[in-house]
Amino acid sequence: MKKITKKDLAALLRFIGENEALYIPGRVSGQTNYVRYNENTDVDLDTLKTVKSAKEVFFPQSETLYTVKTEDGKYRISQEELQNEEFVLFGVKACDMKGIEVLDKVFLSEPVDTFYKARREKGTIVTMACGEPEESCFCKVFGIDCAEPQGDVTLWNFGNEYFWKANTEKGEALTEKCSSFLKDGDEATVDAIKNAIRTVVEKLPYMNLSLEGWDGTKTEEKFNSPVWEELYKPCLACGTCTFVCPTCQCYDIKDYNTGKGVQRYRCWDSCMYSDFTMMAHGNNRTSQLQRYRQRFMHKLVYFPANNDGMYSCVGCGRCVDKCPASTNIVKVIKAFQKEGK
Amino acid sequence: MKELLQDGTVNRVLGWKKGDLPYNPEPAFFKSAEELDEFIYDGFCGANLSKYMIAASALEGKTLVLLKPCDSYSFVQLMKEHRVDREKAYIIGVGCKGKLDIERIKAEGVKGIESISGAEIDGDCSTLKIGTIYGEKEVAYKDAMLERCHVCKGKEHRIYDELMLESADTLDSGRFEAVEAIENMTPEQKFAFFKNELSKCIRCNACRNVCPACSCRKCVFDSTKFDSAQKANVDEFEEKMFHIIRAFHVAGRCTDCGECSRVCPQGIPLHLFNRKFIKDINEYYGEYQAGNNVEDETPLTDFTFDDLEPGERR
Amino acid sequence: MSMNTEFKPKIVAFCCNWCSYAGADLAGSSRLAYPADVKIIRVPCSCRVNPMFILRAFEKGADGVIICGCHPGDCHYSTGNYYARRRMTLLFSMLDYMGIERGRTRVEWVSAAEGVKFSNTMNEFVDAVRTLGPNKRLGDLRCKD
Repeated sequence: MKKITKKDLAALLRFIGENEALYIPGRVSGQTNYVRYNENTDVDLDTLKTVKSAKEVFFPQSETLYTVKTEDGKYRISQEELQNEEFVLFGVKACDMKGIEVLDKVFLSEPVDTFYKARREKGTIVTMACGEPEESCFCKVFGIDCAEPQGDVTLWNFGNEYFWKANTEKGEALTEKCSSFLKDGDEATVDAIKNAIRTVVEKLPYMNLSLEGWDGTKTEEKFNSPVWEELYKPCLACGTCTFVCPTCQCYDIKDYNTGKGVQRYRCWDSCMYSDFTMMAHGNNRTSQLQRYRQRFMHKLVYFPANNDGMYSCVGCGRCVDKCPASTNIVKVIKAFQKEGK
Repeated sequence: MKELLQDGTVNRVLGWKKGDLPYNPEPAFFKSAEELDEFIYDGFCGANLSKYMIAASALEGKTLVLLKPCDSYSFVQLMKEHRVDREKAYIIGVGCKGKLDIERIKAEGVKGIESISGAEIDGDCSTLKIGTIYGEKEVAYKDAMLERCHVCKGKEHRIYDELMLESADTLDSGRFEAVEAIENMTPEQKFAFFKNELSKCIRCNACRNVCPACSCRKCVFDSTKFDSAQKANVDEFEEKMFHIIRAFHVAGRCTDCGECSRVCPQGIPLHLFNRKFIKDINEYYGEYQAGNNVEDETPLTDFTFDDLEPGERR
Repeated sequence: MSMNTEFKPKIVAFCCNWCSYAGADLAGSSRLAYPADVKIIRVPCSCRVNPMFILRAFEKGADGVIICGCHPGDCHYSTGNYYARRRMTLLFSMLDYMGIERGRTRVEWVSAAEGVKFSNTMNEFVDAVRTLGPNKRLGDLRCKD
């Protein structure tokens, strides 16, 4: 167990940022998102939830796959290079970390997504225990302990210090590199911090939500339930929930005409959109009810059924905070509970 | 409401349903008196229900809808565009004492909210008492209000069948102050300001989908033949393209209801685009308020022989 | 030679079929010169020009966009250019508001008989855009090379 005083943090970040790319929550025009660190970054480790989750660093909202150019009447295809630069992702909360594990299931199983894999290999993740979890958090429901996030290094915020613990080889390597900034810390204090966080968690309204019935076995029953017919109504069919979600992993592949060739890129897609999985024959989900149902069925039924019971929701509560119509996954779970289904 | 539903005057009620947190009521259709037990109307019912009336106009029978004064402008504008059916609406104009923005409350450092009192519509709406797991907090109602309520268009409903509840004056700043401040910047400052704001855009389309003026059956940005991605922020250009064109498409039709800014997950002050067009229209073509009535010619479908030349300033 | 004199701005000119395009024709047949960097796109009427066309031109690498139509009162469709005038007034004002140089966009009324005006307008506009330099604030990086 190590620790660093808060006033040394700026120097530590500068040090890391000089040697490799560093992604950290930073404020731009009043909002906190993961940004690439530079000297002018307004670092913000106090905001509990970045608007977009940390998934962005490994699976960007849009990325070029390859470019085709015409030169002297011939086509030249150049593949986009894979991530070859080491980087550090700093300040990830337990829910986002679990979100990355969910993405791993999708992108690292066959066929492996090479772009994602390269980023995962080059990245060192520094996680942070949640100081003050909020009312929209429900990570505990999915077995996540926000007092003890995983990742290569874990930090605990306490008074004037951050406690620092390496969990993996990558984490040890980073600790070694940063050793001049670190002092020895004691386990006992960290245990006390963890307990304090867990006490707070117990007080939050969503933390003890029951997932009974959502185990991937009652697929048909859930799918055909009349409960959806009322639930979907406020939904405006925007993609906010999807784009702020740490686990939503659907993407679309598109071509962009640059005037001199074509750039093929992929970008996040949302099952809330009318053109989601659009094919030559049209769309297989034609109503908003179907689209709305798809999102929650995927997270709570299909995904666990195919991934040994792992849900593709991590209870970060971003959709709870951000939905323009205040509909969300918690209300869905509760509505089914109420109906006894 | 219950009586109207029970005696068959209306087939359903479009209102707000209690949330599971103290601040997240959702727009909902109520079909029975029993369901109405979950009805709520308080300071957090910011959603403009006029948008939902487009869908409700296709349903059988009448829909009782609750509209705040500012929502009623949107409804009139939609009537003018033949997107809602007046015959199918029973409008209760509800009073409004300013609507609250939970983001502003949280920005005051309030976390772990358990209860909120002081947001009730029949109260005096001066102070919010917020119970949190970290202790009691107080926030002045005014400080927690949405931006749009500080530039309130007034307490009068443009259309209604019945009126209910008192409204309060919440207007306390100039509608075009922020626009003027930007106009007075240097081009470099303007560019930097919008670049930073728009760089946050995640293209979720919440602003478009919540907007009562954005009621096209198929949006131009949803076209598969469209060159830019409608859902990706691939290049800075696309954000500018989307927001300029969206504002342009609603220019002269935007009632300035402020829903776009309310729903933006990244807190982009989208009303600054719409209000710039409103300000220009007012200055160049005479005062105009969209949704005021169904008769007025909209400024962009009208002209005079001696209009300003593009690029000139009056 | 400095970079500035080498810079050749790319200009897109939307010309209405009935007046300005004929004006451009007249300029041509009268052998009046204007820079070859002006690319003319013929439209049925100046009011056919959707604001999106203008942004799209900038996206794909234009340094300036000019819209030419019949003089107010002379529109082939009676009133098209009056609507165009309002739209462009608002759009240009918005671009200015966002910090995009005002000089990159222009509207000019050119009749079929005004070959000289067409050529002069284009020369002036190209000069003005050349002074502003390459368009950096409203292009798509992917179209740059």
